[in-house]
Amino acid sequence: MPIQVLMPALSPTMEKGNLAKWLKKEGETIKSGDVIAEIETDKATMEVEATDEGTLGKILIPEGTADVAVNTPIATILADGESAADLAKAPAAPAPTKAEAPAEAKAEAPAPKPEAAPAAPVAVAAPDPEVPAGTEMVTQTIREALRDAMAEEMRRDGDVFIMGEEVAEYQGAYKVTQGLLQEFGARRVIDTPITEHGFAGIGVGAAMAGLKPIVEFMTWNFAMQAIDQIINSAAKTLYMSGGQMGCSIVFRGPNGAAARVAAQHSQDYAAWYSQVPGLKVIAPYSAADYKGLLKAAIRDPNPVIFLENEVLYGHTGEVPKLADFVVPIGKARIARAGKDVTLISWSMGMSYALKAADELAKEGIEAEVIDLRTIRPMDTETIISSVKKTGRAVTVEEGWQQSGVGAEVAARIMEHAFDYLDAPVTRVSGKDVPMPYAHNLEKLALPSVAEVVAAAKAVSYR
Amino acid sequence: MAAAPKKSVAKEAGQEKASSPPEFTRDQELQALRDMLLIRRFEEKAGQLYGMGAIGGFCHLYIGQEAVVVGMQMALKHGDEVITGYRDHGHMLACGMEAKGVMAELTGRRGGYSKGKGGSMHMFSMEKHFYGGHGIVGAQVSLGTGLAFANRYRGNDNVSVTYFGDGAANQGQVYESFNMAELWKLPVIYVIENNRYAMGTAVARASAQQDFSKRGASFNIPGRQVDGMDVRAVKAAADEATAWCRGGNGPMILEMQTYRYRGHSMSDPAKYRTREEVEKVRHDQDPIEQVRNRLLAEKVSEQDLKAIDAEVRDIVNAAADFAQHDPEPDPSELYTDVYR
Repeated sequence: MPIQVLMPALSPTMEKGNLAKWLKKEGETIKSGDVIAEIETDKATMEVEATDEGTLGKILIPEGTADVAVNTPIATILADGESAADLAKAPAAPAPTKAEAPAEAKAEAPAPKPEAAPAAPVAVAAPDPEVPAGTEMVTQTIREALRDAMAEEMRRDGDVFIMGEEVAEYQGAYKVTQGLLQEFGARRVIDTPITEHGFAGIGVGAAMAGLKPIVEFMTWNFAMQAIDQIINSAAKTLYMSGGQMGCSIVFRGPNGAAARVAAQHSQDYAAWYSQVPGLKVIAPYSAADYKGLLKAAIRDPNPVIFLENEVLYGHTGEVPKLADFVVPIGKARIARAGKDVTLISWSMGMSYALKAADELAKEGIEAEVIDLRTIRPMDTETIISSVKKTGRAVTVEEGWQQSGVGAEVAARIMEHAFDYLDAPVTRVSGKDVPMPYAHNLEKLALPSVAEVVAAAKAVSYR
Repeated sequence: MAAAPKKSVAKEAGQEKASSPPEFTRDQELQALRDMLLIRRFEEKAGQLYGMGAIGGFCHLYIGQEAVVVGMQMALKHGDEVITGYRDHGHMLACGMEAKGVMAELTGRRGGYSKGKGGSMHMFSMEKHFYGGHGIVGAQVSLGTGLAFANRYRGNDNVSVTYFGDGAANQGQVYESFNMAELWKLPVIYVIENNRYAMGTAVARASAQQDFSKRGASFNIPGRQVDGMDVRAVKAAADEATAWCRGGNGPMILEMQTYRYRGHSMSDPAKYRTREEVEKVRHDQDPIEQVRNRLLAEKVSEQDLKAIDAEVRDIVNAAADFAQHDPEPDPSELYTDVYR
């Protein structure tokens, strides 16, 4: 049967075009790939190549015709052994291809409503592990807690390894990987060249092959060189592969302001990464959470962004001495109970929030302090139940305010607890400037305990 | 019928070509012909379906470059990994992925390799060791190096075959990966498919060093220039490179000198090269015609070749039919596969 050549769509948005020129005449032989016509759109002139072989039977749309709709038959091609007499047999213009609706949808056919998106799933986190009464508590620095978490997981699973700049022989730029090379050897504790984009990509590729890399960035500021691999390769591949190919990987390192290192070394990336579906984002404050959440992150089958804080590395805390202390991802912690106002923070912001709560208590205001610990998935439930109790909320973060994590928390409170609010949610954040170097300006650019106290009093109308 | 090649892409670019590659057995010739034809017919059909509006978005066809993936694949063993960029349909078919599943992904249907969520540039098959299908130019080079890292970590003898184009060869992460691959002796073959144009930019307009086999020189990575239009030359180069990698010698670069007949994507105005240039390569060097002519010279009958044609057309037509009738993904799939 003769084959119809249809007016092709040459771009995703093309609806019609002009048939500028025929390059083959009726009766001419055509091979697959021959250019048979030129088509003009408002953007360009393009060539139409034949995809079938035979003889050009009849030109249906003469050259010079404007506004030919996509899918209009423009010519017929006769296959071997066919002649002009067969042209009558050419099929009528085929209906544009459209997926057949699934059977169940067909039954209730009339006026099709626009397809509504299904409800988004809600992440439910497991409760914190039971720490039996009488469990011995070990006082250690956050640096040690992180190291122990990695060492325990590397002992447990031979597929876990760590790579990054100065993680092996130097023992970690911030000494977080101290002793790992000695215990696990150079095969699993790997010094990389200074090449963030490259080694992040190699880590993701190794994870796609089934290994469980821990990729250390000397600071998250340098990870901007690697952000394409983190987002486009690590976060999106599971979805793009229809669930076939995932990526179990932890990207970790110090995030946010340290001290006097200025704008390029002092950015908080919590909001950036927390926007991306496919990533989990963790930013703990206490030593126990650093350990328990890093262990959870290494075991998690998804890409995890683990944001540490350089200033906190040397802080000490109590870590339960348990054989396997794992804190679930996605669960906030009530660091201090109170009834008057809810302070919501994470990572370094917690130090301002907790000190502010002490100050407020002196003035008779009982603040409830929530440590989010995980930024994505966010534990909305813990926030909302607290706000329903207090009616007032202040967020505290070192990052910038616009489109920040505090903005997200405020929006969720507005959506889920609007009727319970006695005052607008208020944000205390880093100032809207690149981080200055001068000591006094740097101090001004960061949040302060006084600002948190003032905000809490303002929402309490005191 | 095209004549036997008179002038190779390699020679035209002013480079020396190795002497004639080893002959194929008749079975190898027939296999190569069939596998290249499948890719060509598949791509022609994809172009047609795109024109009909059944395939959306971007669609980058592999027509003209078939000998590269087919020749490489003939040298690989089970377990070797393959990863490439966005012009990936040919690689998937060469890896043995089913035409139906690939075509249904192009039309965004539930029977596609990614359940319709990935599209032309994002398909994967763990079963066939095909790791994508990546849409960010050059990103697959670091990822492919990571696959090789995993082979080394596990101590197996698999090789990662990492494909990218002459355009991607100018991305920075390519050289970061070269450095680490050689430093750590990772078993990775970097196959640079030099089809002479990065979208619309000719190699000479974008590349200070146009001999891509030398792009690893400052990392001590050996490289070869290969006539990528001759499937036998590709296979011979692949044999050398796989042996090099499996021998623990680290990476190797193969520059495949090839040519893309079609536009960069479907909406390519093709103003950066002449129709005559395209016609000349097609006429003189077509990878499929080369094999067909050799087979005819060896007294394989036209009829036998037509039977291969027919088999391939049946596969492609069945794939196109499936891809147009398979339902779209169920709405409930919107939120699946974000996390596992």
